[in-house]
Amino acid sequence: MNERVPVLSVKDLSVEFRTRSGVVKALENVSFHVNRGEMIGIVGESGSGKSVSALTAMGILDEAGRVTQGSINLGGLDVLNASERYLQEMRGRDVSMIFQSPRTALNPIRTVGKQIGDVLRRHGSATRQTVRAQAIKSLMSVRIPDPERRHDAYPFELSGGMCQRIMIAMALSCQPELLIADEPTTGLDVTTQAAIMDLIKELAKERNMATVLITHDLGMAADYCDRIVVMHAGHVIEQAPTEELFLKPRHPYTAKLMKATPHGEGSLDDIESIAGGLPDLRSEHLPPCRFSARCERHEDMCDMPALIADEVSPGHMVTCRRPL
Amino acid sequence: MNEFFKHLRYVLTENPVTLVAGTLFMMFVILAVFGPLIVPYDPLASNASRTLQPPSWDHWFGTDQLGRDVFSRVLVATRLDLAIAVSAVAISFVLGSVLGSLAGFFGGWTDKLVGRLTDTIMAFPLFVLAMGIVAAMGNTVENIVYATAIINLPFYARVARTEVNVRRNADFVLAARLAGNSSIRLLATHIYPNTLPPMMVQVSLNMGWAILNAAGLSFIGLGVRPPTAEWGIMVAEGAGYIVSGEWWLALFPGAALMLAVFCFNLLGDGLRDLIDPRRRT
Repeated sequence: MNERVPVLSVKDLSVEFRTRSGVVKALENVSFHVNRGEMIGIVGESGSGKSVSALTAMGILDEAGRVTQGSINLGGLDVLNASERYLQEMRGRDVSMIFQSPRTALNPIRTVGKQIGDVLRRHGSATRQTVRAQAIKSLMSVRIPDPERRHDAYPFELSGGMCQRIMIAMALSCQPELLIADEPTTGLDVTTQAAIMDLIKELAKERNMATVLITHDLGMAADYCDRIVVMHAGHVIEQAPTEELFLKPRHPYTAKLMKATPHGEGSLDDIESIAGGLPDLRSEHLPPCRFSARCERHEDMCDMPALIADEVSPGHMVTCRRPL
Repeated sequence: MNEFFKHLRYVLTENPVTLVAGTLFMMFVILAVFGPLIVPYDPLASNASRTLQPPSWDHWFGTDQLGRDVFSRVLVATRLDLAIAVSAVAISFVLGSVLGSLAGFFGGWTDKLVGRLTDTIMAFPLFVLAMGIVAAMGNTVENIVYATAIINLPFYARVARTEVNVRRNADFVLAARLAGNSSIRLLATHIYPNTLPPMMVQVSLNMGWAILNAAGLSFIGLGVRPPTAEWGIMVAEGAGYIVSGEWWLALFPGAALMLAVFCFNLLGDGLRDLIDPRRRT
């Protein structure tokens, strides 16, 4: 595949959920892309639409959800218009996903080797004779000690970090072009977190794979990602190469988010918090900028409709009328 | 397979109750398979000179009003009673699993339809319903099987429905979907196996119940008919002689019946332990 053509490109995606208490506008005009060999981070607080974006990109949307506009191109496949059969072929082979709480993401009553073997049989070249050897090879690639024995272990016999390694092995067993990692280290202890992230980074590099890291931890995104997409209340408010974003955040929310992230030095008392919470995404009259109610720089001009992303410098997009 | 037997041994030795139940179960299976070959007398041969004899070395369980050997009849009946129970439970297990899983997985109309069907069956007094079915469809062994299967169906459908439903949105199901599995595959290979441990308890409890049910139907004169050796009929025939002191006619088939039900009731937990890998610690 051409270096220039993104593996995943999401354009102007809007998603709504019909709930009992009204329509929730979960995503609005969300655009981002990932290139081959690149790791991007999607950062935002809970409920900002990170996971919905990822799941929609894989063509999985809750029954109550509806894509109202936009397009998703995944390695040349128009995800939103593809048939379910096509999508099933694509999932696990071209793109896979790992997520938080690896323990519950593994089937409790099947051995982990069998579960990896399933994916290999489904998408890979494995036959009944070779599946065990291939599964063990997968386990080896994520550096699980004693893979022969672990192959026959059940998830409950393994630690959380080990389970996440297995999830990674499973996700990467068919050499996908894109890996979506949805908070892959939540629920793991700090040393394991680093080990898992290093492993993902390394495997991604080795295979020249595109990776989307979904996290609420700006620090982690900074450590591992080439580019960061900041989301707030269903909007992409800023995206830029990591270094530039940290040197020159342009959106007030991004700037606030950084001040709210603990760094090594200084006392915890210096950490600022962002006042308020996400706006109610059900309301009919959401302001064009969904951060306006929490924003100190808010002025009347911010309430003018048709807020669009500006490219303030190459690759640095900001969706704000009064950027910093 | 080797692994399985190792685990079987572990489960049996870990819990003495399971060991007792397992031993009883094996005994019943052996009797069901070899019973007719090892009995000392022909269970149907009457002997007018030896009627209503009390238990002795010649006739361990005595003889009945026609001089037939009660011991031989009890042994031979094992096969029929177990066969009725096993096939009835198998039918309701399979049908109930399929209906319940579909209802739990797809929800909506499927769920409503299956729910109402099971509610309707359960609205009847079950034994009376079974009587009605056998009486309407004809007095045969197959119909006892069908009747027993139908009245047990709701229990399986409900357990399967609930177990599937709580797992429908589990993370591992989402993970399997994201690995490219279709809905049916998700249900069949990822969700359904998780419902088996509780289903096994249900199977075992139900098995005892099915035996009682079959015997009960025969007892009141439906289904299996004399002179076939069957525990329910034998108890029914022997009941008349208890008053006059010939207790062995009803006691021994009754005891066999009780032992079988007892065995299956105890077996439930063991079966679950056998099938649930989380118990292997």
